[in-house]
Amino acid sequence: MVRLPYVTALTTLFSYGLLFAFGQLRDFFRRILDVGKSNNLKGYAPICLGLEDFYTRRLYLRIQDCFGRPIASAPDAWFDVVERYSNDSNKTLHCTTKTSKCLNLGSYNYLGFAAADEYCTPHVIQSLKKYSASTCSVRVDGGNTKLHMELEELVARFVGKPAAIIFGMGYVTNSAIIPTLVGKGGLIISDSLNHNSIVNGARGSGASVQVFQHNNPAQLEDVLREQIAAGQHRTHRPWKKIIVIVEGIYSMEGELCKLPEIIAVCKKYKAYTYLDEAHSIGAVGKTGRGVCELLGVDPANIDIMMGTFTKSFGSCGGYIAASKEIIRHLKLTCPAHIYATSMSPPAVQQVISAIKVVLGEDGSNRGAKKLSQIRENSNFFRSELQKMGFEVLGDNDSPVMPIMLYNPAKIPAFSRECLRQHVAVVTVAFPATPLLLARARICISASHSREDLIKGLEVISKVGDLVGIKYFPVEHEKTTSLEKLKKLQ
Amino acid sequence: MEVILPIANATAAAIARVSAAFNAPHARAVVFGIHIDGHLVVEGLLIAAILFQLSRKSYKPPKKPLTEKEIDELCDEWKPEPLCPPIKEGARIDTPTLECAAGPHTTIDGKEVVNFASANYLGLIGNEKIIDSCVGSVEKYGVGSCGPRGFYGTIDVHLDCEAKIAKFLGTQDSILYSYGISTIFSVIPAFCKKGDIIVADEGVHWAVQNGLQLSRSTVVYFKHNDMASLASTLEKLTHGNKRTEKIRRYIVVEAIYQNSGQVAPLDEIIRLKEKYRFRVILEESHSFGVLGKSGRGLAEHYGVPIEKIDIVTAGMGNALATDGGFCTGSVRVVDHQRLSSSGYVFSASLPPYLATAAISAVNHLEENPAVLSNLRSNIALLHKG
Repeated sequence: MVRLPYVTALTTLFSYGLLFAFGQLRDFFRRILDVGKSNNLKGYAPICLGLEDFYTRRLYLRIQDCFGRPIASAPDAWFDVVERYSNDSNKTLHCTTKTSKCLNLGSYNYLGFAAADEYCTPHVIQSLKKYSASTCSVRVDGGNTKLHMELEELVARFVGKPAAIIFGMGYVTNSAIIPTLVGKGGLIISDSLNHNSIVNGARGSGASVQVFQHNNPAQLEDVLREQIAAGQHRTHRPWKKIIVIVEGIYSMEGELCKLPEIIAVCKKYKAYTYLDEAHSIGAVGKTGRGVCELLGVDPANIDIMMGTFTKSFGSCGGYIAASKEIIRHLKLTCPAHIYATSMSPPAVQQVISAIKVVLGEDGSNRGAKKLSQIRENSNFFRSELQKMGFEVLGDNDSPVMPIMLYNPAKIPAFSRECLRQHVAVVTVAFPATPLLLARARICISASHSREDLIKGLEVISKVGDLVGIKYFPVEHEKTTSLEKLKKLQ
Repeated sequence: MEVILPIANATAAAIARVSAAFNAPHARAVVFGIHIDGHLVVEGLLIAAILFQLSRKSYKPPKKPLTEKEIDELCDEWKPEPLCPPIKEGARIDTPTLECAAGPHTTIDGKEVVNFASANYLGLIGNEKIIDSCVGSVEKYGVGSCGPRGFYGTIDVHLDCEAKIAKFLGTQDSILYSYGISTIFSVIPAFCKKGDIIVADEGVHWAVQNGLQLSRSTVVYFKHNDMASLASTLEKLTHGNKRTEKIRRYIVVEAIYQNSGQVAPLDEIIRLKEKYRFRVILEESHSFGVLGKSGRGLAEHYGVPIEKIDIVTAGMGNALATDGGFCTGSVRVVDHQRLSSSGYVFSASLPPYLATAAISAVNHLEENPAVLSNLRSNIALLHKG
């Protein structure tokens, strides 16, 4: 829950209003100066008319150097960020050859498989030599290899469902599966903060879409009752089927979903459930099996479980795990399976090796160590940040923690100052978050050691003092806990 | 006789009274110095009656919202369809499982077979140099890129790959996507919004159709690869329509159609596009690295300068033997996609070893143009037979 102080809301609105006014002023002068210049469009309509790209031109371009920073090494705990410069006040950025080594608090590397791993990389290189980088064909024609079949069985066993199907990209998994499951005459009820891929899939399916308040099972029940009683719009015929879509961990809030209550509501009203575990598979739960294990929900109670391999397993692609009939139906009808190139074999091998490490089947206990490391790291970092007085969102055990910034000017200030002190953070603003609620998002990894985290905390604390984002200052004694920890090292 | 006279007198007296009443002087009442006539009172009463009727609400039957008990009953008796329909018996597909790389000769279930199913046009699967560069990339960067392009997922090999492709094709800039089919169905909604006009070929493949559906614009189809049909459609849409000056208009075609294998006549399309002021989106997944003297695609095949095509997209899963896709065009076109293309912004970036494979594949194509003549002689052989 975000507790927005009143004064902060007023100052943030004032800042945005000022930026908007300045943008309009500059547009006005640009129009006057461009009256003489000839338009080289020659009768074509412009790509963006009027105010369509106002936000991009006048607000985003000013702080463009905070986003899209290129790196020159693997996205591990420490990486090399390429330095960039601009000659025309951030309109275009040029890369230099200089790099600076920074602490990585931004990449999705929850279990530390991002860089070359001692067990996974030799297997990946072997599969690269045997199967080469791509299969150049769709899955049904010539793109199905033994590796793909092995991975599907392994994923089904890991998640706890009877069968699974894999795709080459997580985004495409959502946008191509939802239209095959529900079409015209069906109803999709999705959480208000769901990811763009789910929104696209819901829009492309032709079904009606309703939204329920974020993580609110009581409001979900109200929406379900109202919709089942009313039926389809205008014709009032009964709905063909209803699917409720939620996510395991919401990436912009760091919150876990209230899964047991939502499943209970859905079972009562006979709605199907679809769980998107992009950020939670492999990262939470005692053996890494996701939110179901953490919250004590039986996977058999969820109809369809979806996840991606990008975040915790250091590869690319997505999967769907469900009952055997549903997976067989998907294999026959899903366009992403029939028309898209199959997943690259080395990436498949990376996921197979990573899951074996997590399950302990490679013969070592590195998996269990990684899982306990990420849990400790997340809880430690979150509690320290809260003690320092920052406003941190998210639940315990979740490796994603957003720190609220609110003011638009603090976004580039925080980002640039942290980079200068060799800590790389990710800042997000509108349109990925609501206008007033800009934040910096920290992603913890199992490959961060205790010293890395303490260094990160120091830098964030110093920069937080400079920028002024410690909205909830605490008593003096608690702030000395950091010094006590340093003395113990 | 005596009876008639009093009746006649009474009637005459009545008539005289009535006529006297009608002929009486009009001023009966004087209020505030204004004379009020009798008929005004009657008219006033009529107007009051009309206003009273107009001001009354028309009759509507009273609304009765559903009670909680009724909603409970409806929820109990609602029965949903099963999530997936039952599988028909004849609809089984047994996909072949490969046991080694999908090159020209491959192994399925222990048998050596000749592979006519993979889109490995230049034979780059199994190429030693490409595999070595990929191995180096995996050792340096790992497998995945662990982040979207905006949040530390941009690795220097991505920037190198984009520059390489732009230089190879001769365009100003290019942008990489992480999956082949997501390229076209992210590009189309990024440029075409509600209210725009798109003229598309009937035979475009599923990903293009999905992009057209997601864009919410008005889509008009023309007959597959029929230039006369395209010309008449463009004429119909722009004839006498002054508003089309402000609306964005696009033509979407594929270079080699995936569903029918035909090649689109680019010179005709460019001529029509310049006449009617439409922008062209060209999908070159199967023609990049195949058509043209040096493999630069449909524009080289027809001798059309590449600047005339506004947006070129291609998936790299065919000739280049890697995965992912790219889109090239002018700087304005590419910059617009970096913030508004959903498959680029909201998805993790291409794994670095695949970008390295793309760079090596383009290098190989530049250094060995002989592969194209091999490809062409094979095609001619199969067509003749």
